[in-house]
Amino acid sequence: MSKQTLISIKDLHANVGDTPILKGLTLEINPGEVHAIMGPNGSGKSTLANVLAGRDDYTVTGGSVEFMGENLLEMEPEERARAGVFLAFQYPVEIPGVNNTYLLRAALNAVREARGEEEISAVDFMKLAREKMKLMEMDPGFLNRGVNEGFSGGEKKRNEIFQMAVLEPALCVLDETDSGLDIDALKIVANGVNSLRAEDRSFLMVTHYQRLLSYIVPDFVHVLAGGRIIRSGDKDLALELEERGYDWLLGDAAA
Amino acid sequence: MSSTSNDVQSFVDKKYKHGFVTDIESDTFPPGLDESVVRAISARKNEPEFMLEWRLKAFRLWQEMETPEWAHVHFPPIDYNAISYFSAPKKDEDRPKSLDEVDPKLLETYDKLGIPLHERARLAGVAVDAVFDSVSVTTTFRDKLYEAGVIFCSFSEAVQEHPELVKKYLGTVVPQRDNYFAALNSAVFSDGSFVFIPKGVRCPMELSTYFRINEMNTGQFERTLIVAEEGSHVSYLEGCTAPMRDENQLHAAVVELVALDDAEIKYSTVQNWYPGDEEGKGGIYNFVTKRGDCRGKNSKISWTQVETGSAITWKYPSCVLRGDNSIGEFYSVAVTNNYQQADTGTKMIHIGENTKSTIVSKGISAGKAQNAYRGLVKIMPQAKGARNYTQCDSLLIGKECGAHTFPYMEVKNASATVEHEATTSKIGDDQLFYCRQRGIDEEDAVNLIVNGFCKDVFRELPMEFAVEAQALLNVSLEGAVG
Repeated sequence: MSKQTLISIKDLHANVGDTPILKGLTLEINPGEVHAIMGPNGSGKSTLANVLAGRDDYTVTGGSVEFMGENLLEMEPEERARAGVFLAFQYPVEIPGVNNTYLLRAALNAVREARGEEEISAVDFMKLAREKMKLMEMDPGFLNRGVNEGFSGGEKKRNEIFQMAVLEPALCVLDETDSGLDIDALKIVANGVNSLRAEDRSFLMVTHYQRLLSYIVPDFVHVLAGGRIIRSGDKDLALELEERGYDWLLGDAAA
Repeated sequence: MSSTSNDVQSFVDKKYKHGFVTDIESDTFPPGLDESVVRAISARKNEPEFMLEWRLKAFRLWQEMETPEWAHVHFPPIDYNAISYFSAPKKDEDRPKSLDEVDPKLLETYDKLGIPLHERARLAGVAVDAVFDSVSVTTTFRDKLYEAGVIFCSFSEAVQEHPELVKKYLGTVVPQRDNYFAALNSAVFSDGSFVFIPKGVRCPMELSTYFRINEMNTGQFERTLIVAEEGSHVSYLEGCTAPMRDENQLHAAVVELVALDDAEIKYSTVQNWYPGDEEGKGGIYNFVTKRGDCRGKNSKISWTQVETGSAITWKYPSCVLRGDNSIGEFYSVAVTNNYQQADTGTKMIHIGENTKSTIVSKGISAGKAQNAYRGLVKIMPQAKGARNYTQCDSLLIGKECGAHTFPYMEVKNASATVEHEATTSKIGDDQLFYCRQRGIDEEDAVNLIVNGFCKDVFRELPMEFAVEAQALLNVSLEGAVG
């Protein structure tokens, strides 16, 4: 079991500033699995996503995270990315003047170098990028624009999934990817994610609403509250949450 | 992470500390400045009477002037009597015989910047005889220019061989009394470049200071004069991305450009003088006066500069748009790191009708550095239909640096159009984290963001210069974050 586990999070505690947010979170994800993390506002969903990616403002105060047999918490953010952890941001940042193509090619080459592969040529890269853009139903002109510069909310989210498709990570962490999307954009994004599902790729989706899970059907659903997972189940749990809200569970969790 | 950055930073600084400079100077004037020194300089150079008179006039004016203090820079008063105003070039015996004798760290930096081999030798001060092939390259180059009728030589040579041209144009753009440092330069300038493009000639190649057969050690008070006659065209590259060694702290250069009817001059600079160490000790004071005169109608002068070096930069390449329909452009990237200070910008003086000017300035500050843009757009009453567009953007890296913008506009003709846009942004932790989450390490992420920021200016540089300039920026900002 532990041999094939992709990521193993044990008793994870983390602070934002001085405030403890995660208080003993434990979760294992195997290759090919899709896990959804749900929970009320402030339960620590986004904190989990950011801690896994290694963001500075988050301090791990206890517990462990093992990713493909390595201690993830000791790695720099770029090392985690190269090892195969991808975070689709809730609020992708704009980088004016930096060409989309340029950033993505630099990223892909960094990842390839870490995998011991050769740099991708400009021609091959453009071919790959065009192919993946089609998947995300994006306009080719987009490649020549600045990173997220002047993108609509929907375009930014699509761009995240597009990058994910190009970089082919082992673990895709989606931080509220559905927020701010209209139904058409949501379908495109879900479609992109579904096409990336594979035996050797796992997903951790942080979401507030069940809506996304109708399009990307998870194998497991976890409810996060007070910094811990208080209930796990299959996709039906999400439907139940949609119907009943979180309160019936929170009673149990109140410390 | 940060320890690696520090290592890199110290290595970058180190290259300047290592000595390739021996103290076997011969034939150096003792420190001090009075009229006899000015006379001695002129005599050493065997100059005609008019040059001596010109220098003396400048010296007398300079004595009456005071150091300007309006710039947003701070430095202790300069003791002009502690400077030696003439030193003969080093003899070949005193220089390294080959690159093998040069500090390997310096060579490593050249390597990073992608400087061609033969150029490395010259930069490191290797004796000319040992410089790979440079003599023949230069000779071929000169022959080609000669055929085209282009004069390209050192200023000293020009004074000897083309005194009538020097006399006609010298000081007509930057007069001796223009400012304190220009007056000083006029009195004691050592050497520099002279370029003359005759009527209708399109200079067959980019003129680079690299090809100038010139004495070493002329950087301190350099004088450059470029004249483009009617309908001619020239592109001139000054400086070099490689760190230049120089023992002189004060640099006060003057550059004058003259463009007659329908002529075009494109002047590109990469400045990378020693910026001082991490604590702000040492470093060059770069107080430069650069001005172009669009004297003829439909003429065009374009300044592009990438300024990364010097402890203090005080520099405003300007255009006087005298001819009707003439065009002035200024594209600038100024980078300051550690304790560097830069006060740089431009002046666009619109005199002729329908004159146009464009200003794009990108200031980047890191460490504890201060970076100021200072620009003047002046539309004179007779400049009907004049237009200016100014864009000046500042980028801050870290919390202890500063960016300042001082735009001045004087519009005296109601038909003029003047536009000004300015932004200040910070390389955000969010941007860095975003790049790192995609697998790009911190240094590369900074480079990526900075290069994106400077794109509009790099586009204006000649191709090979643009590539070097990018590499230079990356080296200059190493260790700026983390």
